[in-house]
Amino acid sequence: MKKFITVSVLLIAVLCMPPWSEARLSPRRSVLENGLVLLTSEQKALPMVTFSLLIEAGSRDEPSDHEGLANLAARLLTYGTRSRTALQISDTLDFLGATLSTGCSEEAATVSMTLLRKDLDTGLQLLAEVLAGSVFPAEEIDRQKQSVMASIRAKEEEPGQIAESKFMEALFLKSPYGRPVEGTADSVKRIDRASLLEFYQRYYRPNRAVLAVVGDVSHQEMVERLAKVFRPWEKGSPSMAPNPLPSPGSANFIRVNKDLTQANIIIGHEGVPRSHPDYYAIQVMNYILGSGGFSSRLMDSIRNERGLAYSIYSLFAAEKYVGSFQIAMQTKNESAGEAIRVAVEEIRRIREQGVTQEELQAAKDYLIGSFPLRLDTNRRVANFLSQVEFFGLGLDYPERYPDIIRGISREDVLRAARRYLQPEKLIVVVVADQAKAALKTPLDTGKGL
Amino acid sequence: MRRVIFFLLLVLSWTTPAQASQVQEVILENGLKVLLLEDHKSAAVTFQVWYRVGSRNEQDGKSGLSHFLEHMMFKGTPKVGPEEYSRIIAKNGGNSNAFTSEDHTVYFATMSRDKIGVEIELEADRMASALLDGAYFDPEKNVVMEERRLRTEDNPATALAEVTGAVAYTVHPYRRPVIGWMADIQALSRDDLRKHYQTYYVPNNAFIVVVGDFATQEMLAKIKQEFAKIPRGAEPPKVTVQEPPQRGERRVILKKEAELPVLEIYYHVPNLKDADSFALDLLSVVLASGRSSRLYQELVYHKRIARSVSADYDGLSVDPSVFSLTAQVMPDQDPSQVERAVDGLVAQVRSERVSDREVEKAKNQVEAAFIFGQDSIFGQAMRVGQYESVAKWQLVDSYLAGVRAVTAADILRVAKKYLDPDQRTVGTLIPVKEKSQ
Repeated sequence: MKKFITVSVLLIAVLCMPPWSEARLSPRRSVLENGLVLLTSEQKALPMVTFSLLIEAGSRDEPSDHEGLANLAARLLTYGTRSRTALQISDTLDFLGATLSTGCSEEAATVSMTLLRKDLDTGLQLLAEVLAGSVFPAEEIDRQKQSVMASIRAKEEEPGQIAESKFMEALFLKSPYGRPVEGTADSVKRIDRASLLEFYQRYYRPNRAVLAVVGDVSHQEMVERLAKVFRPWEKGSPSMAPNPLPSPGSANFIRVNKDLTQANIIIGHEGVPRSHPDYYAIQVMNYILGSGGFSSRLMDSIRNERGLAYSIYSLFAAEKYVGSFQIAMQTKNESAGEAIRVAVEEIRRIREQGVTQEELQAAKDYLIGSFPLRLDTNRRVANFLSQVEFFGLGLDYPERYPDIIRGISREDVLRAARRYLQPEKLIVVVVADQAKAALKTPLDTGKGL
Repeated sequence: MRRVIFFLLLVLSWTTPAQASQVQEVILENGLKVLLLEDHKSAAVTFQVWYRVGSRNEQDGKSGLSHFLEHMMFKGTPKVGPEEYSRIIAKNGGNSNAFTSEDHTVYFATMSRDKIGVEIELEADRMASALLDGAYFDPEKNVVMEERRLRTEDNPATALAEVTGAVAYTVHPYRRPVIGWMADIQALSRDDLRKHYQTYYVPNNAFIVVVGDFATQEMLAKIKQEFAKIPRGAEPPKVTVQEPPQRGERRVILKKEAELPVLEIYYHVPNLKDADSFALDLLSVVLASGRSSRLYQELVYHKRIARSVSADYDGLSVDPSVFSLTAQVMPDQDPSQVERAVDGLVAQVRSERVSDREVEKAKNQVEAAFIFGQDSIFGQAMRVGQYESVAKWQLVDSYLAGVRAVTAADILRVAKKYLDPDQRTVGTLIPVKEKSQ
């Protein structure tokens, strides 16, 4: 039944792993005079250029009584510079058909831009203005505060979002990782222009940033153009000491009552940061447990066998300084208890019995074989390069990745399961019609945690 | 209007076409059309099988049948075990999935050039001999019902779009949701699945789109080797239902637990086979594409009464579809005030020409997006497939020329003709407080 694929095809998978991605990406790295790290990959197939900037100006850098400051600063970048109003900026971009967007997470703010090669001058000028000359006009601050508050409100109707924020709050307690990046309606209301300007001047500095540029432009050309256009963007004082890291919250059972047909469930606990030596063993283990799409154990037992959920996955999210483990799923209110029980049983099983050689090989084959697909568009390559620098992985990472994964053994996976899946620490969040879900504690859902 | 139901959460960014004139078309003896487009930017190939069947082909009481069948297509064949398909693709380093819309059901995988043959073998195998297996019937039906709860029952915006669509169309099957009504899903039988499969999953009712890093002759030989042996089937029945003209506005209100009201306005429009489609495309860009667009400026930026706005011309549909305007209302704002503001702007584009600069800006936006869209082989394959599904893929070629030829007078004309208050359906989501428990 399962021998459909010819052996020859499988052999190719193992033997033939040329460092083509390295060759095709041919990434180059320079540090500009102002400290900005520039990464480029010249791709001449299309007359377009994609930019991905990561800057250490995330919510972990904001003072604790200013929740939402970093996010608001990022949103306001494109709403007024020394030489352009918000409307002039958007009209300029729209007229070129270009896109320029900003974002913010706990650890970094991001600026993304895509434009046609012929519009490079205008685009670079805009990028430089946004990074070194944003002026945070009072009217725009007011407008964006209102918009963020509406966004906070809108998230309240998304059960998955509610579950996620309750989980993060319980896991990372009062730290920046435990509160929403947007802040709260109250905290956002309090943010003033002076604190935005201070945050911007302190953290939006080239020596805290990585810029990846992918497309129809050479490394040398970018170095020369950026040296000119970024001249006004001055180096800041060296990095501040990192915030104290949160100590993870203990086991917990959190219920939120909503008029829903489905229970939105997150089960999890702390994870590991990206730099952790066991990161790759954990990723292989987690592929088998719940991140391997239709091939994972959780998908098999919860979706395919029992029909309990449409979407079910597990995730080890690894940030620069922290990490988390989560299983997320939605099932009709009445089967919440059963779904939690089966998920916890899968955690127990992989910890007790580990994985088979066949499962391990399938995980490795996918992770290695699909790696190039993660780099199949300029946008993906740009994001990848900025992450590679942010996490300090080295430009030879695509070349090294297959060997790292190949080197992981069944013992490594078992050890990772036993050490990094911790049933006694599980935080369980259930957003549901609680009367129908009828859960007393996660302990009475079956064999206990 | 959200038209597409995905088998697994899949982010599909809207993209524009390839240099489609490089598409090679071959029709096999069994009627299966093959569209090939080489693109060697990255070392991957996207292979898609498009079946010309979707909720459009369903009957009352059987809604959701095409989508349920899509799920059951993963339950194996005599050669491949249940859910083995996904495992085999993954083990070969590929990403695979499927989706169903009103008009078609599409199965696809993206893999490296040296592995794509695996996908071709598996797709041919399940075109010919899917088991739609009994043992997996009940659990999978439960999965689909969970999918409906996730996407629609507990999602106020989708629920509003569903009920607005059900009112905008009176007889045409587009009035039914792709995923199906809950009671219909529940009542679907094994026999329904089997008949649907036998009727529509024949090579002469399907076509293949393959885009990426391959050599056309080699690829074609492999496709012929696997698919040519599948016999031609009877021609599936045609859908002949036509939506009669709407005479007078229709309104629908959805009351549901939510935080913010949503306003949804549908106008009946022709699809891309009509020469007006280019002007309708640009009209949607002028109205709501980018922060400098008219609706965004007025509703989001100046008046601050909407959190977001969008305008979507849905020309990529087999039968005439809708032009939709959507606004998410700001907290504590009255949706009727948002509706009046939208009305004012729509009245404006129906009475005065938009400026030449706005037309030029909209064209620049469309052309840039066209080039950005070529960055993704999956996006290119989608565009070729959509055009083939609706009309013929060759129309991709005339798309940019058609857009470039549009004038401000054309935009005024189509706005007058189609954004007619008597031919619209207005849906409003009114948030209600949660039940006290």
